[in-house]
Amino acid sequence: MDDPTQVETGRAPVIGPGYTFGTITDKISSIVLTRPTSTGWLIGFGISFLIVMVLLYAIGYLFLRGVGIWGVNIPVGWGFAIVNFVWWIGIGHAGTLISAILLLLRQSWRNSINRFAEAMTLFAVACAGLFPLLHLGRPWLFYWLFPYPNSMNYWPQFRSPLVWDVFAVSTYFTISLVFWFIGLIPDLATLRDRAQNRIAQIVYGMLAMGWRGSARHWHRYETAYLLLAGLATPLVLSVHTVVSFDFAIGIVPGWHTTIFPPYFVAGAIYSGFAMVLVLAIPIRKFYGVEDFITERHLENSAMVMLATGLIVAYGYVMEGFMNWYSGNVYENYNLWNRLHGPYAPWYYALLFCNIVLPQVLWIRKFRTQPLWLFLVSLDVLLGMWLERFIIVVVSLHRDFLNSSWGMYYPTRWDWAIFIGTIGMFAAAMFLFIRILPMISIFELRTLLPEAEEVKSE
Amino acid sequence: MKRARIYGLMAEFDTPVEIVKAARVTYEAGYKKIDAYTPFPIEELAEAIGFHKNGVPLVVLVGGLLGCSGGFLLQWWIATISYPINVGGRPFNSWPAFIPVTFEMTILFAGLAAVFGMLALNGLPMPHHPVFNVPRFAFASKDRFFLIIFSSDPNYNAVRTRAFLETLAPRSISEVPD
Amino acid sequence: MTVETQLATSVPQRSSNNKMEDNKPHREDVCPGKKHKLDLKTAHAQIAATKGPEYWRSLEELAGSSEFQEMMHREFPKGASEWLDAVSRRGFLKLMGASLALAGMTACTKQPLEPIVPYVRQPEEVIPGRPMFFATAFTLSGYASPILVESHLYRPTKIEGNEKHPASLGGTDIFAQASILGMYDPDRSQTIAHLGDVRTWGNFLEAIRGPLSAQKAVQGAGIRILTRTVSSPALADQLRSVLKLYLQAKWHVYEPVNRDNVLEGAKMAFGQPVETQYRLENADVIVSLDADFLYAGFPGSTRYIRDFAKRRNPDAGEMSRLYVIESTPTSTGAKADHRLSLPSVKVEAFARALGSVLGMNSGGDGVLDRDQAKYVAAIARELQSHRGSSAVIVGDHQSPSVHALAHAVNQALGNIGRTVVYTDPVDANPVNQTDSLKDLVADMRAGKVDMLFIMGGNPAYDAPADLNFADALKNTNIPMRVHLGLYQDETAELCHWHVNEAHYLESWGDTRAYDGTVSIVQPLIAPLYNGKSAYELTALLAGQAEATGHEIVQGYWQKQHPGADFDAFWRKSLHDGWLAGTTFTPKSVNLKSAAFPPSAVGDIKSIEINFRRDPSVYDGQFSNNGWLQELPKPMSKMTWDNPVLVGPAMAARMGLKTEDLVTLELNGKKVTAPIWIQAGHPDNSITVFLGYGRRRAGRAGTGTGFDMYPLRSSATPWFTTGVSISKAGGMYILASTQGYQTMDTGDGVTRPIVRTRSLEEYRKEPDFAQDDKPPAGLTLYPGYNYRSEPYAWGMAIDLNACVGCNNCILACQSENNIPVVGKEQCNKGRHMHWIRVDAYYQGDRDNPKAYFQPVPCMQCENAPCELVCPVGATTHSSEGLNDMVYNRCVGTRYCSNNCPYKVRRFNFLLFQDWETPQLKMMRNPDVTVRSRGVMEKCTYCIQRITQHRIDSEREDRKIQDGELQTACQQSCPANAIVFGNINDPNSQVSKLKANARNYGLLQDLNTRPRTTYLAEIRNPNPELEGQRSTAEHG
Repeated sequence: MDDPTQVETGRAPVIGPGYTFGTITDKISSIVLTRPTSTGWLIGFGISFLIVMVLLYAIGYLFLRGVGIWGVNIPVGWGFAIVNFVWWIGIGHAGTLISAILLLLRQSWRNSINRFAEAMTLFAVACAGLFPLLHLGRPWLFYWLFPYPNSMNYWPQFRSPLVWDVFAVSTYFTISLVFWFIGLIPDLATLRDRAQNRIAQIVYGMLAMGWRGSARHWHRYETAYLLLAGLATPLVLSVHTVVSFDFAIGIVPGWHTTIFPPYFVAGAIYSGFAMVLVLAIPIRKFYGVEDFITERHLENSAMVMLATGLIVAYGYVMEGFMNWYSGNVYENYNLWNRLHGPYAPWYYALLFCNIVLPQVLWIRKFRTQPLWLFLVSLDVLLGMWLERFIIVVVSLHRDFLNSSWGMYYPTRWDWAIFIGTIGMFAAAMFLFIRILPMISIFELRTLLPEAEEVKSE
Repeated sequence: MKRARIYGLMAEFDTPVEIVKAARVTYEAGYKKIDAYTPFPIEELAEAIGFHKNGVPLVVLVGGLLGCSGGFLLQWWIATISYPINVGGRPFNSWPAFIPVTFEMTILFAGLAAVFGMLALNGLPMPHHPVFNVPRFAFASKDRFFLIIFSSDPNYNAVRTRAFLETLAPRSISEVPD
Repeated sequence: MTVETQLATSVPQRSSNNKMEDNKPHREDVCPGKKHKLDLKTAHAQIAATKGPEYWRSLEELAGSSEFQEMMHREFPKGASEWLDAVSRRGFLKLMGASLALAGMTACTKQPLEPIVPYVRQPEEVIPGRPMFFATAFTLSGYASPILVESHLYRPTKIEGNEKHPASLGGTDIFAQASILGMYDPDRSQTIAHLGDVRTWGNFLEAIRGPLSAQKAVQGAGIRILTRTVSSPALADQLRSVLKLYLQAKWHVYEPVNRDNVLEGAKMAFGQPVETQYRLENADVIVSLDADFLYAGFPGSTRYIRDFAKRRNPDAGEMSRLYVIESTPTSTGAKADHRLSLPSVKVEAFARALGSVLGMNSGGDGVLDRDQAKYVAAIARELQSHRGSSAVIVGDHQSPSVHALAHAVNQALGNIGRTVVYTDPVDANPVNQTDSLKDLVADMRAGKVDMLFIMGGNPAYDAPADLNFADALKNTNIPMRVHLGLYQDETAELCHWHVNEAHYLESWGDTRAYDGTVSIVQPLIAPLYNGKSAYELTALLAGQAEATGHEIVQGYWQKQHPGADFDAFWRKSLHDGWLAGTTFTPKSVNLKSAAFPPSAVGDIKSIEINFRRDPSVYDGQFSNNGWLQELPKPMSKMTWDNPVLVGPAMAARMGLKTEDLVTLELNGKKVTAPIWIQAGHPDNSITVFLGYGRRRAGRAGTGTGFDMYPLRSSATPWFTTGVSISKAGGMYILASTQGYQTMDTGDGVTRPIVRTRSLEEYRKEPDFAQDDKPPAGLTLYPGYNYRSEPYAWGMAIDLNACVGCNNCILACQSENNIPVVGKEQCNKGRHMHWIRVDAYYQGDRDNPKAYFQPVPCMQCENAPCELVCPVGATTHSSEGLNDMVYNRCVGTRYCSNNCPYKVRRFNFLLFQDWETPQLKMMRNPDVTVRSRGVMEKCTYCIQRITQHRIDSEREDRKIQDGELQTACQQSCPANAIVFGNINDPNSQVSKLKANARNYGLLQDLNTRPRTTYLAEIRNPNPELEGQRSTAEHG
């Protein structure tokens, strides 16, 4: 895929024919600057805004009463909150992967999807970040997890994976944010120069920080961008590794396993790309940018999903095998309980969603036809959520002492907050595509033949 | 009305190829204080105007080292000196458990160093700059490519320099008031 | 406020010692005088909001039903209950908080007026911050539990056993433990009332003066006094003097849980009422015929548990053997080496068969099947080979004939004087209480009653259904009905006058333990609501209106113990907690007749129903006690309810599932209640528990559970046949605190949780429990060195000794200010007990072996919980304690997830009551009161450790072994829990940990628990082994 414009391979190009620097710029910036706000956008944003209100209400009641309004109990001390946390964090990973890893791999096709993929990362991590805070018994003391000088001279306990989480997630959010913003600067400059409306000019001008595209600046810019990508790559791998430590460090059967880090990362990318597609497919349709987000992108994403999906499947197999092979009665029972216990149907649903159904992606039709791909992606998102549910709840509800076994029943408050974060995520995406270029204009320019000629000189 | 000082002479080109060529010629012609403005990064251009290495990597390295050592030392100091306490029978300095946070701190500091280092070296944010005085410069962020010879260049001469630029067959030439 | 000052001053401040002064300043702290709006309606609604669809339960699990569907069913309703009312539990507490204005004003500690004598062991005078201890006694159905009460500045806070008293030896029973909450119960009746309106003692005096003098004329022909069982010498003496004053007056006695059968049995055998005591320390073979003698409520159980446990040690002396023939599964049956599950109606046949083998002419028809007959033969052989060292114990439920038969058998075996001892009855008025109540009702209906004094008791609720006492009380227009009681209950409702009774911790009195020893009941605090005791009310009838309880009791004993040394005698008695020389001496009685008339058992083929006192709320008198309501019942681990127990076989036959609602019909009366499938319950028989379904109990008891009294008739108070069961349709959620009651898991593995062997196997392989012990020093990290510390605290729990009596749970709850969470939260698995007693069933569900395992925090040296706490809220002390720092906890619950023993408890909501003044007074000031959102757990009673460390350091010595006891250890009647310094090789706990039976729970995880267990050894009769499938495990 070195030459992005190659057509003879029979695979769709990463950018439609007949575009110039100018037309690309106009097309994308017009979405933000000139195009009137569509009713579809208003409805979509309205609905997601209402869901955000539900979220706020649920959070208010939670702070008023305590986590007892959820279904958590002893033995299942973690419920939806942690399930959703891991799910959202995982989704975030695709963005960084696309913008950082594919950049390092010189996968130029990434250029047209990395912008909103990064935005997706930010919003997903923001949603994820809510949960560790909300699930605390005394959320107003969350800052005790940070090492700050205090009168008690007491500090966080750095052997706890939860502290690692705090550092990993906050680092991840910070780096993703700056990475995203740096990527935006040149396009903000474009908008600044295109904007007719004075306020827009000022706002975009401020954000662009006076970018003028000097060759020297571009040179430093590219170095910094590349280095950031280089740093973000191990970071994104480390984040889900650390998240998986929350479980792997514990001694609970079903948690205490060394395979977690790799298969959590794979799972994260799996669900992440699913979310990218779930977002990209409607967006390219409604904003008519099929020429920038082409079948090629869909197909590549689908293939990444297929690959990571197989890694995840391998993870499940190894997990089950080790449960059995360990010869440990508690590990054995964990496997048995997944297959025959009260939550068995959820486990089979998980296997279907994550392993069986995605195999259709071997067929080109399912990789290239947006509708099919959209449905498969939804299925993967559901499957990955179920995976986290199985890991958190099913492992906890029956551990070592039979006397302490229990069940977990999510309450409506659990659902309200889960769905609420989905609304929050959607609302943020709607705002993003309305006020910022959802596709990186300047990186798209580099994909044009004219831009390539320089190199061929 | 007194005439504004001149910041430089700016030539406008249509394609990346042209600007790169123009930049090379200009540089070889002895103009060293020049710069080019493009709507997207063109690696060749930086060399063409004689800009080869930048300080960003060094800044990032320093940031990374700071984060790494700072991260570990913080944990080690807390666990063994500031508030040593027996946790689950583990030794005070259970360094393997300190690795994840150390790693994250490395990335965080290196990353922030990259961003702020780059901005600082580029002298950004800088809301106003003389080149913005040229109306057509708005196209620098769209599809036009600009080459500027600063008036501070020793070889700069309003007339001769303009004549020189003419030889590069630009789309237009404009004076950049300071 | 005016009323407030009035009442406050209504107690004169004179005081025998000047301690009141140091006391005063502290008044303010404990007397906030808060007032709250009382919103009982919504509150009751909230409490009642517990119905819902089916819930998965342990035995279903065993049977492998599809819980998933149930889960799906429940998900929404459960959600709904949380949605509509996340706070029902909070509401429940609110209401605890929304205590009557009166409570606020009276919630000031008042030192009792008369001199009370502290127990040496703590300073003789008040030192703020240091508790004092006073000896007194708690009385249940006439039998005293001798106790010491911990008092902080005249606030009683904790009840402990009186280790010097032969009936306690330091142990207590759950009812005594919980009685402290009973005293502070904000629902207690707080005023004298006339037809429900507030009145004063003065009003009452006026009201009865006239009628009383009128009675003088007719020799009190219209006076009836109804009491509970009275064992108090002073009160009995008073009542008798009243009867002398009014020759025609009558004194009736009634207890719903009475011992009429025991009494009649004794009369049948010896022609006179006698008390039967057992000397279990001398018994090699114990045969229980439906006797639950190892559980609170059986007279002397506290002492019996100690003696029994002593003989169950496989490492010292000969281990005794216990046979239990019982219907309703009990903790006694669980401890049996051989338990025969037999319907109550057949127990008599079994007894007769046994008797005839042993040479009685007791008949013994062919009711028994082959296996049962085999039991008879085997047991008979055992008894014969253990003459003089065996004991046959009969339960109160069994007919007089069975009791008489047992007397004869014990006599024939020469057990009298060795393992069985007869004395005078403890009951001061040993009459057949059922008959006594019958007479009363007859008189009432005949219009012979003008003045009815009901002193304690709640007959309107708990009298036999066929007597229709409530109706008699309501509709026979007795001119004056007076009720003396702790609560304005169902009976108070039907009386003209209600006098609020003083709790035993507030009043003077005397009482007898099962061995006859008299204890003086000292008040620990002046009556919170100026209540009156039965002594004072009786004195009023005897014409001494002004007599105080103190004068009465002291006066009586002065008469018994004339002489100059009375003061010394009195002080000593108060101090020790009993009166020297009052213990009954064994009396020799001889069998009058050897004939045992057959008692009427209905059609044995039809379904049998058993009526049993509830293991937690007894006959209903404790139904407003949150601690007892939430105390998991020994076998089912049920809280807050009294389902109908049905055996697995019968349930399968009738297609019943746990939590199905069924309608029971017995001679015309119907009751609808949920069922609970109880492993080990005999077939064709069901058990119902009394004491629930109260209408006027209070916020905890009202509307909780189901009232079974309507089914209970005076003719067959304990069991009868002919009950019909029909599905009523629908489900009823039952909150059991133990999710899964077997060590067998679905994949066919038996987990090594309770390690157990038979005596022979143990002799062959003593260290069987060590197989999964990890090699020492198996760790990447160098271990922490605790050996260099002066103390390393550890605990050893002897599973052989533990009889699952639940004392430890309540002792811990009382010592550590553990909140009550209510049924809905229990159902969600959010109960807060720091120590739990797990019950596991192994083998044949129709008659399984059962094991108890108390589980406190294991205080692991490699604590998994500490490692994962992000804020270091739980860390390790140098003495090896797994400390929990409440105010550092942010509530991630990670520690609980990572605790393999699941002993950590979390305040999911604001469980603790921060408002009710009474409950504030009750709290142990040495223990933090936890708030919402923090984790908590057993601390090995660190407040006690600290207290003793301070003392020992002041005296420049080390803490002596045994001087420091945890609350659970202290209350344990069986001495099953031993705590101490494992760095001292000579400490008792070190010795136990050196025992071959000692093993750590889940020790293969290398958590290195400081709490370890001594494996359970059973002593089965080889002859009977294989009688039932024995599950081998461990």
